[in-house]
Amino acid sequence: MNAHWDWNYVHEILPILGEAALITLQATLLGFALALVIGLVLAVCRMAANPLVRHAAAAVVEFIRSTPLLIQIFFLYYGLPEFGLALDAMLAGLIAIGLHYGAYCAEVYRAGIDNVPRGQWEAAAALNLPPQATFRRIILPQAIPPIVPALGNYLVALFKETPLLSAIGVLELMQTAKILGSESFQYTEPITLVGLYFLVFSLLASALIRLLERRLGVRAAPRS
Amino acid sequence: MNESPASSSETPMVRFERVSKRYGALTVLDQLDLDVASGEKVAIIGPSGSGKTTVLRVLMALERIDDGVIHIDGEPLTHMPQGDGLVPADARHLRKMRSHIGMVFQHFNLFPHMSAVQNCMEAPMSVLGLGKEEAHTRAAELLTMVGLADKLDHHPAQLSGGQQQRVAIARALAMRPRVMLFDEVTSALDPELCGEVLNVIRELGSAHQLTMLMVTHQMGFAREFADRVCFFDAGRIAEQGSPEELFGNPQHERTQQFLRAVMEAI
Ligand SMILES: Nc1ncnc2c1ncn2[C@@H]1O[C@H](COP(=O)(O)OP(=O)(O)O)[C@@H](O)[C@H]1O
Ligand SMILES: [Mg+2]
Repeated sequence: MNAHWDWNYVHEILPILGEAALITLQATLLGFALALVIGLVLAVCRMAANPLVRHAAAAVVEFIRSTPLLIQIFFLYYGLPEFGLALDAMLAGLIAIGLHYGAYCAEVYRAGIDNVPRGQWEAAAALNLPPQATFRRIILPQAIPPIVPALGNYLVALFKETPLLSAIGVLELMQTAKILGSESFQYTEPITLVGLYFLVFSLLASALIRLLERRLGVRAAPRS
Repeated sequence: MNESPASSSETPMVRFERVSKRYGALTVLDQLDLDVASGEKVAIIGPSGSGKTTVLRVLMALERIDDGVIHIDGEPLTHMPQGDGLVPADARHLRKMRSHIGMVFQHFNLFPHMSAVQNCMEAPMSVLGLGKEEAHTRAAELLTMVGLADKLDHHPAQLSGGQQQRVAIARALAMRPRVMLFDEVTSALDPELCGEVLNVIRELGSAHQLTMLMVTHQMGFAREFADRVCFFDAGRIAEQGSPEELFGNPQHERTQQFLRAVMEAI
């Protein structure tokens, strides 16, 4: 094992890690997009008039939140083929991340929606707006700006959990670093670089969210 | 039966028939009968908690009733015909009947993320299917009518309470309702802003064939504007009549008590 920091090695592996970084980024963005959609669907189901739908959605959220993401990833990748549904590793990982963070986002959406005053629903009903238009045009535009920070925190958390995908062999940053390390017996450089990469992107993402927050804050301010 | 002062042989625009509304053990409307003729202006007064707001809310179909039937222009609102009888209305029937009614709330309930004109365009576009231009024209006309021609693009937060309430009136009118409901529309306003809102309602009353029900604490306005005043007590109409009768010569002790208390407060 080489105990010293090897700049030549760094130069050699940087492009390889760069490519892996794209996979990590892809998993983050696609996974989060999925989580946002799944979260909204779950949140809406939790408010459904039908008690069966409502309770089912609540149970799904509770179940997903009470089990580790790693197990969900394993289940989708290794378990589903038992039921005749084999997913490619990246897809299984994305769905697991989307579901897991979707369950968390559902609670955030719900808080946002609960915070919209009752009078807004009533004004929409009095104007005869159909439920879908009420939700899309009246409720969501008021519910979302205040929850952007909370959703943003989940984006950063999700990003930092993408290394779990290495457990099913997705060639994202962590998996690539492990392979590089095992080939050269030099783990320090690839793992350090991966750590730095996560640090930089987390900081960048947080700054971006704060910027967005401030933007939305200005626009969300006109409230009576 | 059910003869109210202003109603003639024609079908009443609004008819409450033995309507009851309960919240758990609390009976808020107690077998209420009330007919309102087309074009009639009815003021609803009464002590807090007597069910005034509830009357408007069940008429707007924001709340379901537990007993009785409400009719709009002869058609059941809370129920729909099936076979020989009536069954509780489904969502579709409620939406159809609701289109005849507009409501203005005590706390305006404007959409804060939309400008004044957008507030008035939203429902005409997504409910009536109006095009953007047509909806804008209609909204601008109504906002001009309520004296806000220069505030079309202002958001609610940029408007005074009186201006917001006038936008809310324009927003309801944009759906061309036949019945307008006003629930204490000036209660949340500073006294000096009440006049501008009441003026708008006054104009509406004289220029349109609108049927109006208004819950109000402004006895002066009720006296001058209404064709009929209903005094509510414990979910029933304890006394009703022309403003002259009700304010000038109240028959029931509860009415006299209430009016005395209101006068003392001024
Ligand atoms: N959603 C509700 N749940 C329980 N009680 C209610 C509800 N809405 C109104 N009430 C009660 O019904 C009664 C009548 O209310 P309301 O019609 O608002 O009275 P008013 O407008 O005359 O002051 C009050 O006692 C009130 O507390
Ligand atoms: Mg009230």
